[in-house]
Amino acid sequence: MDTIGLYRTTVGKKVVMAVTGAGMLLYVVVHMLGNLTVFSGPDAINGYGHWLRDIGVVWPTRVALLACVALHFVAAYQLTAKARRARGRYEHRRRVQGSYAARTMRWGGVIIALFVVYHLLDLTVGWLNPNGVPGEIHANVVADFRHWYVVLAYTVAVLALGFHIRHGVWSATQTLGVTTSRVIGLGVAVTICAGFLSVPFAVFTGLVS
Amino acid sequence: MKLTLRIWRQSGATGRLVEYPMDDLSPDMSFLEALDVLNERLITSGQEPVAFDHDCREGICGMCGMMINGMAHGPEKATTACQLHLRHFRDGDVVTVEPWRAEPFPVVRDLVVDRSAFDRIVAAGGYISVPTGSAPDAHATPVPKPDADTAFEAAACIGCGACVAACPNGSAMLFTAAKATHLGVLPQGQPERYSRARDMVAEHDASGFGGCTNTGECTSACPKGIPLTTIARLNADLLRAHTTRSDR
Amino acid sequence: MPYTEGAPIADQRVPAGPIETRWDRRRFSARLVNPANRRNRSVIVVGTGLAGGSAAATLAELGYQVKSFCYQDSPRRAHSIAAQGGINAAKNYRNDGDSVHRLFYDTVKGGDFRSRESNVHRLAQISVEIIDQCVAQGVPFAREYGGLLDTRSFGGAQVSRTFYARGQTGQQLLLGAYQALERQIAAGRVEMHPRTEMLDLIVVDGRARGIVVRDLVSGAVSTHFADAVVLATGGYGNVFHLSTNAKGCNTTAIWRAHRRGALFANPCFTQIHPTCIPISGDHQSKLTLMSESLRNDGRVWVPRDPHDTRAPNDIPEADRDYFLERMYPAFGNLVPRDIASRAAKNISDEKRGVYLDFADAIARLGALAVEQRYGNLFEMYQRITGDDPYKTPMRIYPAVHYTMGGLWVDYDLRSTIPGLYVIGEANFSDHGANRLGASALMQGLADGYFVLPGVIGDYLADAPFDAVDDSHPVVADTMSEVRGRVKTLLAVNGDRTVESFHRELGRLMWDECGMERDEAGLRKALERIPELRDEFWQRVKVPGTGEALNQELEKAGRVADFFELAELMCVDALHRAESCGGHFRSESQTPDGEALRDDANFSYVAAWEYTGVGRPPVLHKEELVFEHVTPSTRSYS
Repeated sequence: MDTIGLYRTTVGKKVVMAVTGAGMLLYVVVHMLGNLTVFSGPDAINGYGHWLRDIGVVWPTRVALLACVALHFVAAYQLTAKARRARGRYEHRRRVQGSYAARTMRWGGVIIALFVVYHLLDLTVGWLNPNGVPGEIHANVVADFRHWYVVLAYTVAVLALGFHIRHGVWSATQTLGVTTSRVIGLGVAVTICAGFLSVPFAVFTGLVS
Repeated sequence: MKLTLRIWRQSGATGRLVEYPMDDLSPDMSFLEALDVLNERLITSGQEPVAFDHDCREGICGMCGMMINGMAHGPEKATTACQLHLRHFRDGDVVTVEPWRAEPFPVVRDLVVDRSAFDRIVAAGGYISVPTGSAPDAHATPVPKPDADTAFEAAACIGCGACVAACPNGSAMLFTAAKATHLGVLPQGQPERYSRARDMVAEHDASGFGGCTNTGECTSACPKGIPLTTIARLNADLLRAHTTRSDR
Repeated sequence: MPYTEGAPIADQRVPAGPIETRWDRRRFSARLVNPANRRNRSVIVVGTGLAGGSAAATLAELGYQVKSFCYQDSPRRAHSIAAQGGINAAKNYRNDGDSVHRLFYDTVKGGDFRSRESNVHRLAQISVEIIDQCVAQGVPFAREYGGLLDTRSFGGAQVSRTFYARGQTGQQLLLGAYQALERQIAAGRVEMHPRTEMLDLIVVDGRARGIVVRDLVSGAVSTHFADAVVLATGGYGNVFHLSTNAKGCNTTAIWRAHRRGALFANPCFTQIHPTCIPISGDHQSKLTLMSESLRNDGRVWVPRDPHDTRAPNDIPEADRDYFLERMYPAFGNLVPRDIASRAAKNISDEKRGVYLDFADAIARLGALAVEQRYGNLFEMYQRITGDDPYKTPMRIYPAVHYTMGGLWVDYDLRSTIPGLYVIGEANFSDHGANRLGASALMQGLADGYFVLPGVIGDYLADAPFDAVDDSHPVVADTMSEVRGRVKTLLAVNGDRTVESFHRELGRLMWDECGMERDEAGLRKALERIPELRDEFWQRVKVPGTGEALNQELEKAGRVADFFELAELMCVDALHRAESCGGHFRSESQTPDGEALRDDANFSYVAAWEYTGVGRPPVLHKEELVFEHVTPSTRSYS
């Protein structure tokens, strides 16, 4: 296995992005399923949070995620820099094919990264949360999503994530050597968006309180 | 029919778009024939004609290529500039014509660019090593028809560079993958399959092309419709080349 | 007659004895160069088509130092790439009675008994090795479901011996040769010079020792030297302005070699291909061929009434004349090209064309099967004409396609200048007066992969020769001639474009030296060509400078050479007062309008010696001896 040699190629950097992306996607899915426990009442979601701490997965997961984010970002940065040097600039250019999702991967990624920072300060650390008591997950969430601007920010970020996943899933499988149907990426993206958005809207409409 | 051509003119390091109104065109002309008409007019009026690459004018040599209204080879699908006919434009249209633009394709003059990077990618491994005279009988190895068809589909690449010109990353992965797929699915190409992928991609990157982000611009611009699946095949072969012990 | 006759020539290198073993014996008698010494022997190969690309790659594999040149931006773009239909080989995989001897026989007969038997036999023998070589290189030939190679029939043959890769056989074969060439470039054994055009041949002490080239990007004129020079620069069909050749195809390399002493053989033997897309207007820049393979399933017809204005689908069966099937029942739509072309010309004209109809094939095989066989050709037709051939018959007309004539070569493919070899379409050798379909690819690859590498050692065994460089007086003279010509072309600064001269010359040649020729027309052309040539040198306008990319300058040099060649073609056509193959003299025909050969007087190769611009050339005859195929009236009915 020649990891360095592989990483030196553009394809190798894409492989790193695909693998780290897959890791983060796995986390996002678990995160989403965890969020859905909010529908079973305050005890369920608060208990779930405690249970995660009790079994000691929180910090290992954070370290792994941080590594994924770092690698994903570094590879993306290097590829973007190379692409910027390589591509030509036209006086007149019309897009023919590239989907919106494919064209917004880079800025979409930046938006998601910014949101993650806000999200951590809001619901993990609690600084930006109207309630802001660590461990009171249910209360924090409900306090958050009563405000339309929080719901809006959250929605924008989740949609950005959805677009990112839609092209990311397809592109990652392509990078790893398998051409899949683009419908798979779309399906994953829609499921994740629906799962994540159900919580804020449920709170906002009073379904969860 | 009338068209206004806005054509990139460049003889040194920089250039600009120059406007040429044309009112004596026929819808049956090919786009390059319209440039011929313009050039004859420029020459007789003492100006320098527009330099553009072209040769076979039947869509197979891959020599011609230009951005026509921001699209590689113009608006028609699966059509090279030489086979694009004016009947696909509306009378009075303004048509912008630019050379392929990518760092590894420097402009030589006007619409002419240097695509020698493609030759280097092929030289790096886009072949089967079989010196003349060393071949077994042609029927010694039957090739399943689906494999032969896949190989053919990829081998149809004409090396025009439209994929690079259209790519937002300036990537030549479709070109590289077409050759790797053509040779990589045939039984004759197996011995060098993985080293070929490794060496061609290394040369691709060294030539300054960008990485692929699977946007699909290339395949929709490709006059021969080379599919994106070729890139997945190349990626798989490259991964294999780097994750197993050296194949050389 | 505007020529004089010189001493006859004999090919001294054809071994005597049974024709089947001549090639073996020649290879055995040819001297070899020790592998260690090959590194010190250099060869220049001009042109990178099937012949040049395969030759450069193979010579490099053998260990020679090779320099390869092409005017395109990449060796992969040579016009061999546009060959559509296929490549013949006497594999007899079909068990339909094919054999080396039958391919040999068909080719000699197809060439209307104006080719050299020994060469053609060798070509048929080598044909089987070519397919093996190409398959091993990864050429994706069409295959059947069992995984074996598919074949189809071509004009002039009753067996199915044509291997193909959809309608892109030339492209796939060329990519095979190109890839082999790139492999040698990467290995450092071939020095590649793309966008470089040969403008003259350097002959020192009677040997071809190098070439003068112009770098088409920088405009720099420079020299390259070697122990031998190989010209693989294709045919000269563009003398007609409109042809199926690529726009850049030209005669300059072989014409310059001719001016330096190489004899030019049978220049009037040009092939008109029957199935091309008709001209759509004055702007027409080139003609597009529709593969001969279409005649496997398409039926050619015209309305019985030439003034019928109905759309083709509205013309009932009874009002259609399937003239090829009517006139040539045995071969039907698959008669050789010269015969199909002339029949089309006699029955229709450029404006109307004739129909190539697939309605029957679609009814018989289904649209899907037809699409699988000809899909890309149909698409190409639709792209150019805007008509859908699945629904309405194609309209086609003959166009200039190939030139059988070229520099005279002996059995070793060596010209009359020692050290100058000529391969592929650039030489005159294997096709006589008419080439059969799918034989050009076969000949190009036979020459490049097998024949030339098999015998060039015999010459190179005498090398290395005395070193020459730019200071040698002959080299300096050749250089200054080339530079002077470039300067003159730029200095005229007249009022007519190169294109306008080319168009006028082409029209004249098409009218007087095209599909049908007669004495009056040829004499008229011989009067007009020198006038037009003089006008060219007084009125041509070439803008720009010689020190940069200047496509008009390139074109001007090529057209200037076409003017000189055109005159020789007409002289040759005029002197050959018989009809044979692609050369049809209206004075020499049978009562029913077929070509009438005159074997008693014209069974020879006409090899012309250059004596100066506008000066009468000298004719050297190579008598043709037929020991294995008895010349007969070519009958396809």
